[in-house]
Amino acid sequence: MRDVRRVRPIFFLREALRGLRRSSAPALAALLTVLLTALVLGVFIPIVQATTGTANEVRSRVVVDVYVSESATGEETADLRRSLMSTPNVESVEFISKGEALSRAKEKNPKAFKEGAELLGSNPLPASFRVTPEDPDHLQQIVDALAPNGQPRLAAIDEVRNREEETDKILSATGLVKGLTAGLAALLVLASIALVANTIRLSVFARRREVEVMKLVGATNWFIRWPFVIEGMIVGFFGGLLAVLLLTVAKETLIDPLSEDFALLAAPDTIDFPLLAALLMLACVLVAALGSGITLRRFLRV
Amino acid sequence: MPTRMAQTDTEQMGARAASGPPRRSIPVVELEDVTKVYDGGSIGLEQASMKIGRGEFVFLVGPTGCGKSTCIRLLQKELEPSRGEIRIAGRTLGEIPRARVPHLRRNIGVVFQDYKLLPNRTIYDNVAYSLQVIGESRQEIRRKVPDILRLVGLATKLHNYPDELSGGEQQRVSIARAFVNHPPLLLADEPTGNLDPETSIGIMQLIYRINRTGTTVIVATHDREMVDKMRRRVIELREGRIVRDELSGLYRPDESTTEFAVRLRGELGVGAEGHPN
Repeated sequence: MRDVRRVRPIFFLREALRGLRRSSAPALAALLTVLLTALVLGVFIPIVQATTGTANEVRSRVVVDVYVSESATGEETADLRRSLMSTPNVESVEFISKGEALSRAKEKNPKAFKEGAELLGSNPLPASFRVTPEDPDHLQQIVDALAPNGQPRLAAIDEVRNREEETDKILSATGLVKGLTAGLAALLVLASIALVANTIRLSVFARRREVEVMKLVGATNWFIRWPFVIEGMIVGFFGGLLAVLLLTVAKETLIDPLSEDFALLAAPDTIDFPLLAALLMLACVLVAALGSGITLRRFLRV
Repeated sequence: MPTRMAQTDTEQMGARAASGPPRRSIPVVELEDVTKVYDGGSIGLEQASMKIGRGEFVFLVGPTGCGKSTCIRLLQKELEPSRGEIRIAGRTLGEIPRARVPHLRRNIGVVFQDYKLLPNRTIYDNVAYSLQVIGESRQEIRRKVPDILRLVGLATKLHNYPDELSGGEQQRVSIARAFVNHPPLLLADEPTGNLDPETSIGIMQLIYRINRTGTTVIVATHDREMVDKMRRRVIELREGRIVRDELSGLYRPDESTTEFAVRLRGELGVGAEGHPN
């Protein structure tokens, strides 16, 4: 009895291969379904990530500008910096001196400032602190802390500005994009699982008579189930493998050359390709194996 | 009232079965007041009681829908009785947990009208499967399967698939599969239902030979010729009730056999009144 147990995995594997060989049409259908859904997911996951990444990047541009009054001394400015740092929800503070502000402005609009600055004789731009919030959704919190009701709390503050309209637009637009992509991703994953599970159901269903006979001959449930589960794993593995191969080819020939020109494709936040491939393979094998194992339950109740 | 009579008949007959063991031994199959009502409300079996001793050969006869198949399926625990108790070798089927059902089935060989062979396996593998199920070693399988296939006369078709065989040959395979691990009980549900009379005789010969090795055999059939020729114990069902249980009966007794039956029962001390036939 002991050496029989040792032999069993090989027996189950042989049974699974026999099943695949003798009912290759449904197996092929299941493999194609796995392949297609894995392909779609493989394309969609990086797109979702790039989109949310870009949305997040846009959100990080939401800042509060704190303008330092002309009369503030060096010490007052340092004090202001400290109090900004200790304000809740502040992630980082960047000091922009008058000179820096001018050079940035020149960069943005060279024509106006090249001659304008010379014409004015002195630098008209104030020094400022650029405050980046931890959570862009609660930007107003910072503004209220620094200047309740528009009145600056410290003498060194000339004005607190958060470009309100712009901020609101950015926040609502990126929020919508993130919500939509998340919803689409969830739908797609659900649809993929349902599709793969359904195809496998059909291929198991085609063999329910066989399962019934096995039960009547006295096979235990797991004795019947293992070959089916292994079959599912093989189908899932090869479907996933083909999908990953196709994705690799597409990435090498299409995306990589283009990514130099399109920022979205080269978005830094997207998942590493090897990790994506591994995840897809794992998901394919798991869904296929579980699909056939669970579907079998119904026919095992004899 | 008729049922009651039949019931007492059965008990006494079971105890005195011709080839049966002494009175005290446990019957291989025992139905006690078994009723099976299907979900739709149709009745499969109604208050059926019978005892079948070791080594007996029993025909279950009756028209289609009379409860023969229900009876066979109940014995395999494919169905659960609505009321009553079924015991096989003294074990009550209702008390066997789900996980132990496969072990029960390994001790019951079954032959079906439609053979129920696994279509994507060769003859050899079909028979081997019921040995693989019980965890038999490969050497044993290699030894036993050709042996049993030789016994049923299919030694030359080991590597054919079921759809390449005639009906009679497929039924031989299914008998080989049912008997390869020598179960103490063999059930056959219309084993000759799809076969011509000549082939049927061959199949019945095989089943008879299996019975001669000491295996209890229950054959559900409506093959009148076969039942009449073999003169074995006959249990007749009609609309789910057992209406007749004769030690050496005909499919449907003619006048003289009924007289014989009356005499037979008279000897056993049971009146024949109320008997529907």
